[in-house]
Amino acid sequence: MVGITTQPLETSALLREVGSDNAGAVVLFLGTTRSLTNGRRTASLDYECHADMARDKLAELEAEARRRWSLEGCAIVHRVGHVPIGEASVAVAVSTPHRQAAFEAGQWLIDTLKQVVPIWKKENWADGESQWVHPGLNAPSEPSK
Amino acid sequence: MSVQVRLFAVARELAGADVVSLELPALGTVRDLRAALAAEVPALAEILPHVLFAIDSQYVAEESVVPDGIEVACIPPVSGG
Repeated sequence: MVGITTQPLETSALLREVGSDNAGAVVLFLGTTRSLTNGRRTASLDYECHADMARDKLAELEAEARRRWSLEGCAIVHRVGHVPIGEASVAVAVSTPHRQAAFEAGQWLIDTLKQVVPIWKKENWADGESQWVHPGLNAPSEPSK
Repeated sequence: MSVQVRLFAVARELAGADVVSLELPALGTVRDLRAALAAEVPALAEILPHVLFAIDSQYVAEESVVPDGIEVACIPPVSGG
């Protein structure tokens, strides 16, 4: 299951989604909005996406993860729009019979999502400036990943 | 032939538009589209070497021919997560 939403992410629903009697492990990764980047304070973030392509790419990632690992359940949801500090902007949940595959698949999914899915964040700095984050494009204040 | 280019994030803000219409020669490639977009919207020229283009949810290579009338997405470096 993949999705793009403007609503706060419901982790209990995601865990129910990937729950399976055949699973011996569930890994849930949450990417959360951070207040400090390279010493500069962020007030909030705004996320924009190419919605159709983002959903298609997330579905491709799920399909590829299911080819590579024996997944019982898989859920990837990204939040877009305005996200306050300290809230989850992305969730990846996977369930597998044994834990190693769950950790590996979860890490691969979030790493690959950050490389290929057309979603962008804008830092609204506490000093009043705002800046789109485009790795490789705006190196001077590019956040560490 | 004409194509529509959808812009996102910093590209959308630099251009001041969500969509830009371009005229390309028949059998024009992504390389031609990149050059035509830079000419049409000079504000994008600086970032265009760093963007990817996508058609129907798939990133397309520089030598790919752009179909007539298609919508092309201009994808600046992504920063989801």
